[in-house]
Amino acid sequence: MITVDHVTKQYTIGTVQARYGTLRDAVPNVMRAMTRRFRAGAASRRTVINALNDVSFRVRAGEAVGIIGRNGAGKSTLLKVLGRITQPTRGAIDLYGRVGSLLEVGTGFHPELSGRENVVLSGAILGMRRAEILRQFDAIVAFAEVERFIDTPVKFYSSGMYMRLAFAVAAHLQPEILLIDEVLAVGDSNFQKRCLGKMEEFRSIGRTVLFVSHNMASVVRLCQRVILMQDGAVVADGPADQVTRRYLQSGTGSPAERVWPDVAGAPGDGIARLHAVRIRDERGRIAPTIDIRKSFDVEVEYWALQTGTRPTVSIHFVNEEGITLLVSNDFNNRVWWRTPRGPGLVRCTCRLPGNFLAEGQLFIAAAVCSYNPDLVHALEYDVVSFQIVDRSEGDGVRGEYAGNWPGVVRPMLEWHVEPIPTAVAVFTTSGDVLS
Amino acid sequence: MNLPATSPQQPATSEIHIAIRSTRPQLSAELRELWEHRELFYFLAWRDIKVRYKQTVLGIAWAVLQPAMTMIVFTLFFGKLARVPSDGVAYPLFAYAGILPWTLMAAGVGASSGSVVGSPNLITKVYFPRMIIPGAAVLSGLVDFLIAAVGLALLMARYGGHVSWTLVGLVPVVGLILLLAAGVGGFLAAVNVKYRDVRYIVPFFMQLWMFATPVIYSASLVPARWRVFLALNPMASYIEAFRAVCFGRPLDWAGLGLSTLVTFAMVAVAVRAFRTVEQTFADYI
Repeated sequence: MITVDHVTKQYTIGTVQARYGTLRDAVPNVMRAMTRRFRAGAASRRTVINALNDVSFRVRAGEAVGIIGRNGAGKSTLLKVLGRITQPTRGAIDLYGRVGSLLEVGTGFHPELSGRENVVLSGAILGMRRAEILRQFDAIVAFAEVERFIDTPVKFYSSGMYMRLAFAVAAHLQPEILLIDEVLAVGDSNFQKRCLGKMEEFRSIGRTVLFVSHNMASVVRLCQRVILMQDGAVVADGPADQVTRRYLQSGTGSPAERVWPDVAGAPGDGIARLHAVRIRDERGRIAPTIDIRKSFDVEVEYWALQTGTRPTVSIHFVNEEGITLLVSNDFNNRVWWRTPRGPGLVRCTCRLPGNFLAEGQLFIAAAVCSYNPDLVHALEYDVVSFQIVDRSEGDGVRGEYAGNWPGVVRPMLEWHVEPIPTAVAVFTTSGDVLS
Repeated sequence: MNLPATSPQQPATSEIHIAIRSTRPQLSAELRELWEHRELFYFLAWRDIKVRYKQTVLGIAWAVLQPAMTMIVFTLFFGKLARVPSDGVAYPLFAYAGILPWTLMAAGVGASSGSVVGSPNLITKVYFPRMIIPGAAVLSGLVDFLIAAVGLALLMARYGGHVSWTLVGLVPVVGLILLLAAGVGGFLAAVNVKYRDVRYIVPFFMQLWMFATPVIYSASLVPARWRVFLALNPMASYIEAFRAVCFGRPLDWAGLGLSTLVTFAMVAVAVRAFRTVEQTFADYI
């Protein structure tokens, strides 16, 4: 059981100062900064921000609770306070049971040490006893599927192997309360599925799970209850589907549109910032539901803030299971890719054909990147979501069949069908000769 | 899906209760936790040792080569050229018996003062009593010391050290040196989190401290009226005691007692300083 009672976490940050262009300017400023540091008035130049603002909630033993919210909403700070990594400024928290926190994959791993050595070390750092680690060692190695390389330094591991081994250690830590932050954002989909499976197993045996994620799909799958945070405060706490719907709708009133009205507050950096992401149906209307037979557009608008740079937009389609169905990038338009950008707003529209993606809820992650050097200017998960519906009216892929129709794509493919002329007698089931 | 409440595998209501408050936890609670995590001292020290000599050709032999080479340089300059008196013991043995405990202390302070700042991946990601970090850094120097002690054994055989059961007296002396290194290093580690100036001060400070300690010279070289100040430097007593045991000379019990008090006071100051800031480490790293 977890009780969080009026918890506030404040950070004091110095006011942001303008950069100094020349050394001649910089020297007196450094001097001034030094003298200011020793003067009593220094406090007045600082700002206090509330990373957590009077947060209260209770989690019963055996409950799995998801924590969602935009970047900077306080989700990670909450986990850090619960995991005793940093202390709250005010308030009280009581945790009943052994706590395991998984704030990253591979805590305590050292690249120079072998897989075997890292399992032992990481296990000890995460809070396992030596005897416990040795008892679970074989299970950990088997789960990670790295038996052959267990005595190789992990710096020679592929990133997938590294992640698998690191997660395997954490998965075999047997806390009563598990705090997890985004670890599932890594690894291939097969491995993600196993991680989710392990967490579900955890929950089913009555362990408490607190799960911070950007991936709505896995939150909905794993948690019955979701807490939505905004600006350090809890703004919604309730059944998973209701709260996630509210989260996706926040801002515009439609899950199919997301707009950042001012440049300064938009996700991005000095080169590019996102402005809007929309789903439009074939008639150009912003639409949270799309008919499977019809084409639709994903529209991304961003501010290009510098001349001479060539930012490019990429969109990811993620389904409810958290599987990325496809990624598309506006550099596929080769003419545009070679065109120098001027400062200003850019709209990129990607058309998806009808009869292509299967029915279901889809989430879009939008990014603005540059290549050579590879930079991610902005990356937002679950920016918009929409539903693809198949009304089974007879002219779709599924015809009039209304039952379960698996598959992540549902293209209308060409079938060629013809009777084969044959000399051999064909029998019907009743045994009569047909021809 | 089973209802958790009816699941037979549900763990019994745990007796573990973790209370997180905005105030500092009790010292007794922290010490108990430190004891519960005692295995981690060993694991972190073991990691440091493992990593230290990876990708080196000579490996752990460096632990004995470093003090040996220092001893040769000191013997040439101070023993042969400057003719620094060495209490009637051959200068190589005299120097080595000073360099060895000094290195244990200096390496411990050096490693532990930078240890907290050097472990952001641990401090910002997982909880365990933070004092283990500088503690393990000091402890990892003990292995180097034990290997370098082979050099001392060889020199004692060659130049006639006092080989007898009284050598067990080195154990408490080494323990006190480790404690002192943990006190000084732990204090600096805590300060270092907020004021990175520590990184630049430590090497300079260690050099000055070495000259204020009878490593190269003998304490008997210091005029009597200055000895009081020497007694306030615990390292002076420990090195003198270390040599006294190796050479079979009488111990200065009064000086050793005073130094032990200073050491414990230092540890108390370090624990206090560390506890004042340890809750905010993650915010500054």
